Amino acid sequence: MGKKLLMGNEAIALGAIRAGVNVVTGYPGTPSTEVLEVIAHNNPGDIYVEWSVNEKAAMEIAAGAAYSGARTLVTMKQVGLNVAADPLMCLSYIGVKGGMVVLAADDPGPFSSQTEQDTRHFARFSNLPVLDPATPEEAYEMIRYAFELSETVQLPVFLRPTTRVCHACGTVDVDDSREVNEPEGFVKDPKWVIFPSLAYRKHLHIEQLQHRLSEIFSQSDLNTVSGSGKLGIAASGVACTYVFEALEKLQAQVKVFKVGTPYPLPGAKAEEFLDGLEQVLVFEELDPVVEEELMLLCSSKDINVRILGKKTGNLPFAGEYTFELVCEALARFLGIQTEGADKTALPQLPVRQPVLCAGCPHRASFYAVKMAAKGQKAVFTGDIGCYTLGNAKPLDMVDTCLCMGAGITVAQGIKRTEPDTSCIAFIGDSTFFHTGIPGIANAVYNNTDITIIILDNSTTAMTGHQPHPGIGRTMMNSISEKIDIYGVVKACGVGHIVKGNPLDFKNSVELVKKAVAYKGPSVVIFEAPCIALFKPEVKNTVSEKCKKCRKCITEIGCPAISVDDGRVVIEPSLCYGCGLCVNVCPFNAIEKAEV
Amino acid sequence: MMNNQEIKDKKYDILIAGVGGQGTVLASRLLAAAAISQGSFARTSETIGMSQRGGCVVSHVRINSEKSSSIIPMAGADMLIAFELSEAARSLPRLKSGGCCIVNTQIIKPVSASLGTSRYDIREITDFIDKNSSQLYYIDGYRIANKAGSIKAVNVVLLGAAAAAGQMPFSREIIEQAIIENVPRKYSEMNQKAFRLGYDFILEKKAKG
Repeated sequence: MGKKLLMGNEAIALGAIRAGVNVVTGYPGTPSTEVLEVIAHNNPGDIYVEWSVNEKAAMEIAAGAAYSGARTLVTMKQVGLNVAADPLMCLSYIGVKGGMVVLAADDPGPFSSQTEQDTRHFARFSNLPVLDPATPEEAYEMIRYAFELSETVQLPVFLRPTTRVCHACGTVDVDDSREVNEPEGFVKDPKWVIFPSLAYRKHLHIEQLQHRLSEIFSQSDLNTVSGSGKLGIAASGVACTYVFEALEKLQAQVKVFKVGTPYPLPGAKAEEFLDGLEQVLVFEELDPVVEEELMLLCSSKDINVRILGKKTGNLPFAGEYTFELVCEALARFLGIQTEGADKTALPQLPVRQPVLCAGCPHRASFYAVKMAAKGQKAVFTGDIGCYTLGNAKPLDMVDTCLCMGAGITVAQGIKRTEPDTSCIAFIGDSTFFHTGIPGIANAVYNNTDITIIILDNSTTAMTGHQPHPGIGRTMMNSISEKIDIYGVVKACGVGHIVKGNPLDFKNSVELVKKAVAYKGPSVVIFEAPCIALFKPEVKNTVSEKCKKCRKCITEIGCPAISVDDGRVVIEPSLCYGCGLCVNVCPFNAIEKAEV
Repeated sequence: MMNNQEIKDKKYDILIAGVGGQGTVLASRLLAAAAISQGSFARTSETIGMSQRGGCVVSHVRINSEKSSSIIPMAGADMLIAFELSEAARSLPRLKSGGCCIVNTQIIKPVSASLGTSRYDIREITDFIDKNSSQLYYIDGYRIANKAGSIKAVNVVLLGAAAAAGQMPFSREIIEQAIIENVPRKYSEMNQKAFRLGYDFILEKKAKG
């Protein structure tokens, strides 16, 4: 294929195909999503690829395939790894036969996540090795090595890219050859059954493996030492690229330890780096993993080098690193004077919070619930998806957001503490299948009087429209039986379930009122497709009758509606003709026009 | 004039700034593909995910910065292609002094500006851009894209404009070839027209001085 511009996630995907991956599972989550999609789109035909219902399922399916000798890849974002933590922790004891790579993408910043948690901690916690790419080109090479290493040590191996690797592009020399791995199949053996006695023996084994992994990594060219002097820089992941650029700018010569395998720390290589140094400054985004490992090494080997980084206040814990931040810290460490940046004050600029798209059916659902609950004491618990954006003003309809599936359960906790409050939980269709169902079962079992609004837009919209069990389409291009949300809720024993189209405003308000009034758990399923799934047939326009009261703007906050030269206008390229503004306008000044 | 090898090895950083949905990602991919096709090394970084829902988006295109990060340092960009007026102002601190700046005059008011919780003062923003850039070209990309067949082609109109500004280290033909190779065939002709119209608009502007 030659030299090609590849996004980090594409590079990882093509690298996995080249490495002969047999089975790929995952759950969508920014910034990891494209890895699985690119494998599915470039499937030579013999790779099994699926979106699983959640990360725990994905991890277990990948484990089963790896037990059977398949090379397997499981993909997720960092918080998805929390959902998969149970199988992961046990799997590190059980081990694998076929190479198994756990791709967990971290999100320094964060750009699209609830936390800035660091997967390298999970690697240390679970005693599993982790590879930390600095660029898409490096990720392309690392994924192949990850499969080989996994088979060598019979353990899952983490590949942990960050947003600036996943969603950055590099020029990659793509190799069209492909390794062939023919899985042997599952061979029955007591080693696959985790009993306490086996767990004890496996614990001894995995602790010993840590030393072996450290030795393997010390030999690996993923870890390099360059330069000389009494001052050293250690860097891991994307921080390496900022360090190299800053060293070029400052024209500084120092000893540099580029760490591609933060855990287990390549001990011998690290000692080679520390030899002759007085001080080391560690650059790594998120948590001080390499920093702590270097401190431990210095302490256990009685090496007298001072390790500086986050723990010593030289660098921040939170947020992503930048060239400026790294360059300034580096200059201070090396005692180099730099000119302060020329800071021209910006004029006041408009704030652009992400918002629900114009025409998004979630806006109509939120507005209907808001109107139905008007005058009542109510708490609205949200969940993870596009509809988290319902918290923005003027809708202001998300009072809590914790993690996948938590809207339904947090509502139950609030209800138990404030029985006179209407507790209304929102959840999307994909999140419903991910972790929503146990929460509904819990509400029925404990007869907790909450109302659950299921926002079914027939897709996983936030991450770029992945199919899910309610849609039936799979990543192998087959169609399976659609799982009916109504039927599942019914089977859970919910006593009051109704369906409606949220764009039918008046009816929607009535449906919500009745559901909230019902004693016991109730469910409203709002069905209307995401606007990305169809082309609009009508658009809305503002007529002469407009009195400029701006209620259409102040009530629903649609991004297609704005005020231009004192007139209220609807931008035709954004409008989907959902008609919510028609319902809001007190003067019937908004009309429908055919496209 | 630089010879071919010098052009191929020239370091050049382009920042593309806009609002989610304007097609900045395709624009940066086309520039990077053009660079690679002439044997240069390209690196880009884009805003993907939640911010795409009407938020600010920036794409960094770095040519021949193999050992550097994918993010252009402050005051480091050789060229800024802004897809929206206020986003031009927001991203100007990343442009080198003396760098080239293409500004689409289109205005996208966020909900916060309509609600009155934030301000969009066109005059103040334009003054700031005028004061802080030396090689500056304004272009009504929205209108020109419409003329080419679809307002969605605004990204390619602006690439045409950027190519005509005459600073990028690759020829017009190489970018046009990248458009042909990377845009779906049914939109190819429209995009080629969009590129030409953007290119010609800036050439005429330059001719008029």
